[in-house]
Amino acid sequence: MATHLDGNALAGALSEVFRADVTAARARCAGCGGVSPIARAMVYPDAPGLVARCASCDQVLATIVDAGDRVFLSLSGMSTIELRR
Amino acid sequence: MSFTTRGFSGRRREENPRLPPGQTLFDDWPVLTAGPTPHVDTADWELTIQDETGTDHRWDWDGLLALGVEDVTVDIHCVTHWTKLDMAWRGVSLDKLFQDVESEHEFVMARSYGGYTTNLPLEDLLDGKAWIATEAEGDPLGPEHGGPARLLVPHLYFWKSAKWIRGLTMMADDEPGFWEQNGYHLYGDPWKEERYW
Amino acid sequence: MSAPPLTQLGRSRPQAAWHVATVAEVRRETSTAVRLTLDVPTWPGSEAGSHLDLRLTAPDGYQASRSYSIASSAPGGPVVLAVDELPDGEVSPFLVHEVRPGDQLEVHGPLGSFFVWRPGESDRPVQLVAGGSGVVPLYAIAAAHGAAGDTSPLRLLYSVRRPGDVLFADELAALRGPAFELELVYTREAPATWAGPVGRLDKEALAASTVAASARPRVYVCGSTRFVETIAAWLQDLGHAAADIRTERFGGL
Repeated sequence: MATHLDGNALAGALSEVFRADVTAARARCAGCGGVSPIARAMVYPDAPGLVARCASCDQVLATIVDAGDRVFLSLSGMSTIELRR
Repeated sequence: MSFTTRGFSGRRREENPRLPPGQTLFDDWPVLTAGPTPHVDTADWELTIQDETGTDHRWDWDGLLALGVEDVTVDIHCVTHWTKLDMAWRGVSLDKLFQDVESEHEFVMARSYGGYTTNLPLEDLLDGKAWIATEAEGDPLGPEHGGPARLLVPHLYFWKSAKWIRGLTMMADDEPGFWEQNGYHLYGDPWKEERYW
Repeated sequence: MSAPPLTQLGRSRPQAAWHVATVAEVRRETSTAVRLTLDVPTWPGSEAGSHLDLRLTAPDGYQASRSYSIASSAPGGPVVLAVDELPDGEVSPFLVHEVRPGDQLEVHGPLGSFFVWRPGESDRPVQLVAGGSGVVPLYAIAAAHGAAGDTSPLRLLYSVRRPGDVLFADELAALRGPAFELELVYTREAPATWAGPVGRLDKEALAASTVAASARPRVYVCGSTRFVETIAAWLQDLGHAAADIRTERFGGL
């Protein structure tokens, strides 16, 4: 059944790429300019990859494709990510 | 570090010469979606083929159906490893839509309501290989399955069969669509298991 | 002031990694759910509210993985999950019917640093709203709140179909006290002694049984996608700021 989850659901896949959890990090949407924690994105898990969209404007923020021995990560819909120390 | 989990076999997988490598037979029809489901009424639906001359070829719903629908039974192979055999579809052959389109370009970008895109060589859409599908398994295509109309290109992985199709744009070069930009293969032949870059 | 050295980045939080978990106990929790207690010697502990990915591997190499909220958060203790069986599922029926003590499972975690509660982080009241098995991370929060002796007011509104569906029923009842209030909503069937209404939550009932927006609570909502969206929309109608509402959808309808 087609459904969507929160950006929390990205934590597992992103932890393979980033050393620390980034789902609590805020990101700026390249579409509408809104700034929001990645965990608040809308995540569509029932697709050939994970698709995270801006909760305000539906712009695709990120995609993660699991190719087994590789992972393809696109963050092209986020113009900036704020990482807290 | 992976190890076998005692007692776990997962979904039933079987050998079948009609199954491309790495595929699993499914009876149900999973719904995959990369975003919100567009709801397009047939009264508002329109399909456009754009060529390099700037000429737009347009069909509304009745105009599409007036070209003549045909029944096709094909196997569907999704890149997420499921295959569904002998699916009954009804739709309009793209040969009919391209009959009066003059173009030097050899590639096509399929565009959907909702913004999805996928790229295909023109020759993969012609000669009885592709349709604008309006019905499946005896019912009009629901929005969750790409209705009112989706592209149907059964010899390629199913992400190429764009749901909620609204247009085809001729391209000089094979530029990547949505999934092709994000890791998936530019062409996507299931028999060669062309899943990723 | 100079920036802290890069080595401190993320150091305070346990990092996600793959771990081998050994099933210590499988306990029937409700008619559809089991409680799995896992021994994970390498587990770094987890914050209350976080989750993990659990991966199963078939003899032919086929793998399936799913995310599960973690019901525990005590450092050094076992990792506790509650798994509700999805009738058409692939992983949950295996975990509910097939797994037994001594089995080994692969887990990846702990995951998520947004839908978490940290003791002493804020004096503001906290409202938790659970739909069905969405209670798991919220139970972890309530237990961590109790264990820390945190005095910020905490309330849990927990919607279940029937009395027998309540997860962690005894533990939640034992946590009740001056700083933790538990309120149940029965949507299909209530206990014989129940004086309240039976039926789905509506906006008025939500308003009546949660911390008022004027008290500026921090709100955590977890449940099916539809439950979470309905509750989150009502909370905003009731005056809660969107930024004060954290959600975790687990899919389904």
